[in-house]
Amino acid sequence: MQSNAALEYDYSLAKKFTFLTILFGILGMLVGTLIAAQMAFPELNYLLGEYGTFSRLRPIHTNTVVFGFTVSGVFATWFYVGQRVLKVSMAESKFLMFIGNLQFWLYFVGALLATISLFFGFSTAKEYAEYEWPFDVVVVLVWVLWGVSMMGLIGIRREKALYISVWYYLACFLGIAMLYLFNNMSIPTYFATEGLGSVWHSVSMYSGTNDALVQWWYGHNAVAFAFTVPIIAMSYYFLPKESGQAIYSYKLSLLSFWGLMFVYLWAGSHHLLWSTVPDWMQTMGSAFSIVLILPSWGSAINMLLTMKGEWNQLTDNPLIKFMVLASTFYMLSTIEGPIQAIKSVNAIAHFTDWIPGHVHDGVLGWVVFMIMAAIFHMAPRMFKRELYSKKMMEQQFWLQTTAVVLYFTSMWIAGITQGMMWRAVDEYGNLMFSFIDTVTVLHPYYTIRAVAGVLYVTGFVMFAYNIYKTMTVGKVLSQEPQFRTPMA
Amino acid sequence: MDIRELQGYASFFMTIFLVIMLYGYIIHLYRSEKKGERDYEKYGNIALDDEVTSTPVEDKPASQRDYKEENK
Ligand code: HEM
Repeated sequence: MQSNAALEYDYSLAKKFTFLTILFGILGMLVGTLIAAQMAFPELNYLLGEYGTFSRLRPIHTNTVVFGFTVSGVFATWFYVGQRVLKVSMAESKFLMFIGNLQFWLYFVGALLATISLFFGFSTAKEYAEYEWPFDVVVVLVWVLWGVSMMGLIGIRREKALYISVWYYLACFLGIAMLYLFNNMSIPTYFATEGLGSVWHSVSMYSGTNDALVQWWYGHNAVAFAFTVPIIAMSYYFLPKESGQAIYSYKLSLLSFWGLMFVYLWAGSHHLLWSTVPDWMQTMGSAFSIVLILPSWGSAINMLLTMKGEWNQLTDNPLIKFMVLASTFYMLSTIEGPIQAIKSVNAIAHFTDWIPGHVHDGVLGWVVFMIMAAIFHMAPRMFKRELYSKKMMEQQFWLQTTAVVLYFTSMWIAGITQGMMWRAVDEYGNLMFSFIDTVTVLHPYYTIRAVAGVLYVTGFVMFAYNIYKTMTVGKVLSQEPQFRTPMA
Repeated sequence: MDIRELQGYASFFMTIFLVIMLYGYIIHLYRSEKKGERDYEKYGNIALDDEVTSTPVEDKPASQRDYKEENK
């Protein structure tokens, strides 16, 4: 490793993963919109025979947006932010470049085949862990490769202090590695049945309540380590960099980090309230969920306070708008989650549409907005061109914000209505409504959600178009911008 | 006492232990800044000044740092 005047950061991997983020984003959200429409108009289930039913498409939606879109976004930003905050270029190590490219191709081919496999009904039927074991092996390999290039880059760094974003990326790496391995432990049915089953189809190594506990320890922490931790990593880099303001309190960022690590892992049992898991564990899940407000808001407030004295940027830089809205939605969903984890509230909320409502104010408002903002910030640096259209960014912002609001408000109303109707009893204790009564009442809200989906995907396509035009016809920049992203 | 109850108590005491650790960490952060041993806020600049040619905020590994010297 030598200092060299012409040394530059190598963005080739960041670019490749950016393309995948956009590809999987469009795919995953189109399927999301289709399944939302199917809930409102069931005839749409029969467009493609068995391949087009809600049950076949739902796992495609969830896996594509989580393991396709979000994880690509995490990789894209890591290969950008990692180099910059460690002050070392990937190009300085041929080995790391090779590992990075190998990771990219293995991931790309693996993710495509995995999605196709779900389409053909090749599934373990465990939520967010539907991939059959051969794909789990690919996931593990990709993850190990990421680990090698991450640790390798850290190993050759010039900046000895690890910036807070690196801590979060490391936590994402370690957290997912641990969760994924433990939850996906399974045995091919061929071996479990002495030759009757299949080599390709597997069943979980855990059973009954234990399986449920491991599953939701995994499921909830997938939210923590895929939807929260790396997204915070992004905001701690991109918001200060774009606004030119250092993080409001670095100490608070450290404290929130450890707070989050400590608390998140214990909150998963809030998915199993009123079920057969031990009572103390349910209470612990509720209690830790409420405590989780503190580190979550610690990070969110730190982001908002970073803008202190600079709020004028909110009006004239749409990129800041995306990031501030993302932090605000992060606050919303991290207060909503704890409320849903209170046992008495959960008795109404569980199994209702309020849950997907909560999921999507988080993912659409926070995760996707932050990832898009990161790509908007990186694009002019990666392609050495100005962003194609500021006006289109503004339109996209308002279109998608409207869509998120329509999505979560309709699901709040639908969920609470549903929860109340299911438990309503008359004076003799008989249930007052049958299931179909609720379906009839909920129809308008499902329609609103489907419309929200159409608006949101439209916004995402505008984003993709804006990036495409930036790459191809954006005004060429002679110098890399330092803070504010230039846009036409 | 059966295994479930034991697990419950273990979880309770571990929580207490971790809470103490976390509060200890807050005290540690503020105290070492007050004593002038470290300046945590300077790390915020790593994101702002991040050219490959920029001077690192800290260019020695943690084991070789002498904070008191640096902050004088
Ligand atoms: C156009 C945007 C989107 C639409 C219209 C949409 C729609 C849907 C629908 C209809 C469901 C099934 C709900 C049910 O079973 O009742 C769902 C589930 C889910 N979606 Fe989306 N989605 C969108 C984007 C996203 C994105 C971007 C993410 C993550 C980054 C995401 C993550 C999830 C998750 C984790 C679930 C499972 C929720 C649960 O089990 O409660 N969605 N989505």
